[in-house]
Order: sequence, then C-alpha cells, then structure tokens
Amino acid sequence: MDAPKGGEFALIGKSVVIKGELSGSEDLYLDGQVEGNIELRNHSLTVGPNGVVKANVTAKGVVVQGKLDGSINASERVELRQTAVVTGDLATQRIAIEEGAFLKGKVDVQREAGKA
Amino acid sequence: MASVADNLMKLFRSSSNQPASPAAPHKLTRRSSGIGEISRLLNSQENLSVLDMGSTSANNIRFFTEKGHKNYSEDLLRASLDPALRMKDEEGKIVLDSKKFLEDNLAYPNAHFDIVLCWNLPDYMEESLVKPTVDRLWSVMKPGGLLLVFFHTRDAGPDSKCYRYHVTGTDLLEMSEIKLPAPGRSGEKESPRLQRVFNNRHIENLFRDFASIKFFLARDAIREVLVVR
Repeated sequence: MDAPKGGEFALIGKSVVIKGELSGSEDLYLDGQVEGNIELRNHSLTVGPNGVVKANVTAKGVVVQGKLDGSINASERVELRQTAVVTGDLATQRIAIEEGAFLKGKVDVQREAGKA
Repeated sequence: MASVADNLMKLFRSSSNQPASPAAPHKLTRRSSGIGEISRLLNSQENLSVLDMGSTSANNIRFFTEKGHKNYSEDLLRASLDPALRMKDEEGKIVLDSKKFLEDNLAYPNAHFDIVLCWNLPDYMEESLVKPTVDRLWSVMKPGGLLLVFFHTRDAGPDSKCYRYHVTGTDLLEMSEIKLPAPGRSGEKESPRLQRVFNNRHIENLFRDFASIKFFLARDAIREVLVVR
C-alpha cells in the first residue's frame, strides 16, 4: 500500500463506506468509498488504488491513485498517478500527472501568491 | 559561423519522426504547422478556453495554463470504448449509441471554447460517432475559434500507431504511443487500430458547417487540418 510516508495520518480502509461530510485536521489515506464532501483544509488527502470517491475535495494536497468523481481544490498540489481516474474540475497551484492517468475536466492552475 | 556539421545536425533535429533522444525510443517529435498557428493565437490573447481531446497530458496542461489560459481535458477515444454505449439496432447488429455518448461527453455550454485540439481522434474513433462529435464541437466552439485535427493520408497502413500528442514548443509536438485497455481481456492493453482514411472531400464535408478549412501536408503520412468555426 502506497500510504503517505512519515508523520501521522488517518486511514480509511478498503472495506469502509462513508456517506456524508468528512473533515479533519490530519492527513488522510482513503482506500475505501466516500460519497459526500471532504474537507482537510491544511492537510493532504491520498486516494489509494482501491479508493472510490464521489465528493468535492478541499485540501492542501491531493494524490489520486484510484477513482475520484468531483471537484478538487488543492491549495498546494495535485498528483494523479497512472491508475487515477478523475472526473471533475481541478484548481491548484501545482499539478503532476503520470502517463496513463485519466482526467476529464477543467484545470485551473492558480499562480502562487507573490508571483506575477 | 555555424559549421556544415552543425547545420546538418539542425536539419536532422528538425526532421519528423526522429526519436527525441536515444534514451527514450518511444518518444518521437514532429514539427506542427497547425500548432504553430494555434500558438500565435495563444500568445496574442489572454484567458482563452482550450479543449484537449487527447489522452490526458501534463505537458499540455502546463503549456496552456502557464500562458494564462484555461485547459479542459476530455479523452474521447477512451470514452468511446465504454461498453455501456453498445446497443443493438433494428437488425440486431451491435452499434454505438451516439446519443448517450453525447449525453456523457462534450457537455459544455454553446460557444464555450476558443481552441479545440482533436488530434487524430476521427481516424481511430468508431465511424458512427465521428459526425455527431463534429456537430457538437461546432456548437461548443466560439465563432472564429480554431479546431486542429490530424488525418492520415492513404499511405498510412491499418497498423499505423495511434499517438498522443504533447505540445512541447510553439510548433513542436512530442508523440508517444497510446495503448488502451483491451475489451474483454482484463488487465491487457492494445494499440487502437486505424479505422479508416478520410479523403480531402470527406474532410471538407465533415466540416462543411464551419467557416473555413486549411490543410497542412506533413512528411509522416499525416495531414494537419486547421478549421475555423
């Protein structure tokens, strides 16, 4: 499992199904199913390879290895790994997309504060 | 003054279909007159809406967003392989449901895009989806907007590789071969097959509702077609 390295993070395993609002103040590794909204303002979300998310996501950083259906608003960075399937609009400062990742939606790369 | 050897190296570097580097044999580069024209528009205006209909490309997203434009990605070739589109017609033959295809894809407001990059989609997509897709593009493009499409010439064989195109310069593309999940074979991938070769008259008919059409002939059995909405 390619979970975040170092530090503490919460983990939602692949057998877990959540419907509703999800918010937190720590990094989250999500390999289960979530339907609703996810808000981790100053923390990062990793959607694991088994993760199926139908939610709008607000976080500092978002890494997707599984399936995400919804908009992503990441204040710092979005990474789509080669197995990622993302349908929704992305707004972030930095984006990395591996060969093979699938994205259907608009990408809005916002410039960092202080840069022209 | 540049030496003869330097000039020869420049000539080789600018040739179509040359490997980008010995270490990356699957990545090819080609000059593109169509992308050159589109770059002129990108560099002369701000905040344009660009629809990229090829496989998702980080390069392209970076290229357009760094210039302050909005990038939309939609991989229609992959979307056209959705098994849910298959249905039987009156004679019991399997056909693709173009109505459902357009309900699920290219769902944008009218006159939304300034630039659409269609790449080689019409040559590889199921024929019944090509005309409905072009008609929808006419609706979602702004009047005066630019549409770039690549068509193979009749010199291309059925095994012509299907490429994704990454914009790496004002008139330069990097190409990498596309492999898509093989229907009915879990985990396997295969190259999409060239479905047909359009002649110039077919191409003109396909875009007859658009304002103008311009052909650029390349050396690699590809015609670049720049269409103005």
